[in-house]
Amino acid sequence: MTEAPNTEAPKTEIPMTEKPVLSVRNLTTSFLVDGEWKSVVRDVSFDVHPGETVAIVGESGSGKSVTSLSIMRLLAANVSRIEGSIMLSGRDLLSISEKEMRGVRGNDVSMIFQEPMTSLNPIFTIGRQISEVLTRHKGLTKSQARAETVRLLEKVRIPNAGARFDDYPHQFSGGMRQRVMIAMALASKPKLLIADEPTTALDVTIQGQILDLIKVLQEEEGMSVLFITHDMGVVAEIADRTIVMYRGEAVESGPTEEIFHHGKHPYTRALLSAVPRLGSMQDRKWPTRFPVVDINTGETAEPKEVAGTVDTRKTPVLAVKNLVTRFAVRSGLFATQTGAVHAVENVSFELFQGETLSLVGESGCGKSTTGRSIMRLIEPTGGEVALDGYDVLRLDQTGLRDMRKTIQMIFQDPFSSLNPRMTVGAAISEPFVKHKLGNAKEAKEKTADLLRKVGLSPDMAGRYPHEFSGGQRQRIAIARALSLDPKVIVADESVSALDVSIKAQVCNLLLDLQQSLNLAFLFISHDMAVVERVSHRVAVMYLGEIVEIGPRAAVFDNPQHPYTKKLMAAVPVPDPARRGIRRGISNDELKSPVRGMDYRPPKREYREVSAGHMVQVA
Amino acid sequence: MTTIDQAPPVAAVKRDKSRAWRKMKRNRSALVGAVIVLFFAILAVSAPILPIIDPVATSWTAIRKAPSAMYWLGTDDLGRDILSRMIWGARASLMAGVFSVAIAVGIGVPFGLISGYFGGWVDMVISRITEALLAMPFLIMAIALAAFLGPSLLNAMIAIGLSAMPIFVRLTRGQVLAVKTEDYVEGARAVGLNHFEIIVRYILPNVFAPIIVQATLTIATAIIAEASLSFLGLGQQPPAPSWGSMLNVAKNFLSQAPWMAMWPGAAIFLVVIGFNLLGDGLRDALDPREA
Repeated sequence: MTEAPNTEAPKTEIPMTEKPVLSVRNLTTSFLVDGEWKSVVRDVSFDVHPGETVAIVGESGSGKSVTSLSIMRLLAANVSRIEGSIMLSGRDLLSISEKEMRGVRGNDVSMIFQEPMTSLNPIFTIGRQISEVLTRHKGLTKSQARAETVRLLEKVRIPNAGARFDDYPHQFSGGMRQRVMIAMALASKPKLLIADEPTTALDVTIQGQILDLIKVLQEEEGMSVLFITHDMGVVAEIADRTIVMYRGEAVESGPTEEIFHHGKHPYTRALLSAVPRLGSMQDRKWPTRFPVVDINTGETAEPKEVAGTVDTRKTPVLAVKNLVTRFAVRSGLFATQTGAVHAVENVSFELFQGETLSLVGESGCGKSTTGRSIMRLIEPTGGEVALDGYDVLRLDQTGLRDMRKTIQMIFQDPFSSLNPRMTVGAAISEPFVKHKLGNAKEAKEKTADLLRKVGLSPDMAGRYPHEFSGGQRQRIAIARALSLDPKVIVADESVSALDVSIKAQVCNLLLDLQQSLNLAFLFISHDMAVVERVSHRVAVMYLGEIVEIGPRAAVFDNPQHPYTKKLMAAVPVPDPARRGIRRGISNDELKSPVRGMDYRPPKREYREVSAGHMVQVA
Repeated sequence: MTTIDQAPPVAAVKRDKSRAWRKMKRNRSALVGAVIVLFFAILAVSAPILPIIDPVATSWTAIRKAPSAMYWLGTDDLGRDILSRMIWGARASLMAGVFSVAIAVGIGVPFGLISGYFGGWVDMVISRITEALLAMPFLIMAIALAAFLGPSLLNAMIAIGLSAMPIFVRLTRGQVLAVKTEDYVEGARAVGLNHFEIIVRYILPNVFAPIIVQATLTIATAIIAEASLSFLGLGQQPPAPSWGSMLNVAKNFLSQAPWMAMWPGAAIFLVVIGFNLLGDGLRDALDPREA
């Protein structure tokens, strides 16, 4: 699978006899909600030994983040209550004063957070922010602190560290900021590093770099790491031991291999079987449903392949030719154009009825812009889009509205894609009513039918979106998109924001709908493992261009373009046997598609590797 | 199918209107606000049929009399009954408050919606004009407009409404900019709705909460502004009463006849509180997310 320069690192043996750095016993955290104490974490106990990495894994609402915040005592004092004992090197963190606790935070225990874009103070230079930790906790002088800061920045592999001391956070990319955060966390040489979803907001190649960095630094510094994540792939790669949390309880804990191969609790097994694994589709021809595990018994139902939905003999329902979308970059007093973001550059592909074509790539690669340009939610600069008889780019407003019956969209964030002031029923029936496809009674019947189709009950139509969970909302969004009986659905990261078990369910729903309604999906995603599961064909995008396109099996089993290879190597695979793997620390960043005025996009040539598998050659 | 996906517990919800009404009923402070506003509104409406003394009838024998059995709230410097002037004055003051805010909201919100939603040069033009208007002090502008339109209660209300309008343009525009980026707005376009439908069904309901709050606060400002205009002879024309004009006269007799200032002052205070409580309650009741 992965042919990237992986090197087996020597596995460090963990002396389990040593006294644990962190010992949590019977931790119960409650919040005051409407005058009542509601426990969010119940009776959780675990140890973290010196040099060990322990992962707490769970879905949203499992209490994993609250556990870490409880350890740091970062919860608002008057509305939260922490019971049990939290011993850090023999010292009970729950019995010391707030002042003493401030000495512990950022000194004995450091923490890094999910969002590197907001966890640095934008008005101070990064150098100042790191050296402040040193002068405060370690009592260094200003010049000593500066030297030490540069050493730390070098340690987290920030290129040209000395020169970047006086740079502000906005001058760094997301991945680089997370490195700065890590440098700051390391400044005080903590015994324990708590990492709360540190790679979740990052692109997959950057995530790989940061995971490698944490592993290397842990070896160099000999610190312990408590790693909070929802991603089983990340867990497999980094954790010595794993604690699985579910609804506030630690349902299972043990060595990571044990958890992955002999999980006892049904939830653990359900979670693991729902995790998409890159490479699990190697000998399958068609998109395959995710296996479904009964949460109570842990029994697995075998996944079905969804065969033969595509008919490539007919004309494609969507044909995109040389699509170009650019955004002007303006600056100066008179807002003169100084350059352009080449968001989509010369993109061509075809999509057949009943087919799923995935557009994959990292942030800024233009995959979402492509989807929106095809629907003319963004006005493309040039090219041709033929959609089921419509010449999309030449439609007037009336024609455009008419065209929307054929192509619909499902968005990423189910929390922002539904109007909070509109009932679910009104939201689903609105497109139907708008396009005058029937009277009020028919609209009502259609809504009930759609709700059933997406696995909800028709009597939910009178409720508002906030009364539903994320997965249910995404089902509602799908129902709304289906209300016009479209032929093509653009699914823009539609399962990315969902928890892993919900993600599997929604993917299965999409596959079922494709089979029963013969839908064509343009599936836009950064998640390679999900893409492998659901696609017929795959197009890899990089800096606005398609660098490789072809049948799923061809692209995944025989990737040709260097970027495709890099992307696949970076995906964490939920297999603890790969724990020692290093990708070789690189700190490449994603390039920017912003070009100057005189930039002329080069003429691209494609080479056919096998039938339908095309690769860009320089 | 596994059912890890769980909905939060949901109370059975029937219809939109009954729901807002039930929430309103449960909100005690909103009810108090509604009762206060209703009380003054009924007084104002029923002024002609109430058995009260003519509010403009003067009496040389009853100048600046303290409250008594004959004159419940006392009399003013011309011997007019304060109670009946208060009741008749409620008409002018409430109208000034409600109508001028209605004008401000009615003009300001649509401009704010257009400005925020469409952006570009439309936004440039509307925003620059709004800023120019905001640069002028509220009262000075109201006075200038009222003087320009000519002295009458209606013109005073128009003047106050226009002067209060820029705040609503700004407020609405800012809210629209935030809501516009939500996926559901793009989703509405993807479904084929036109701009008007998107603005009315998707943007307006989601920007309304702060506008309601601002409107209730502005009612208070408008009542006081009407008082100032009356004082300058630009609002309610004497001898017809309004709370504001009563208050302005009363300030000359604060030590001799404090009741003259007390009653209109208390009434303005109560009405303003009433509108604020009502507005807060309305905002919560209309938000489906508030349980």
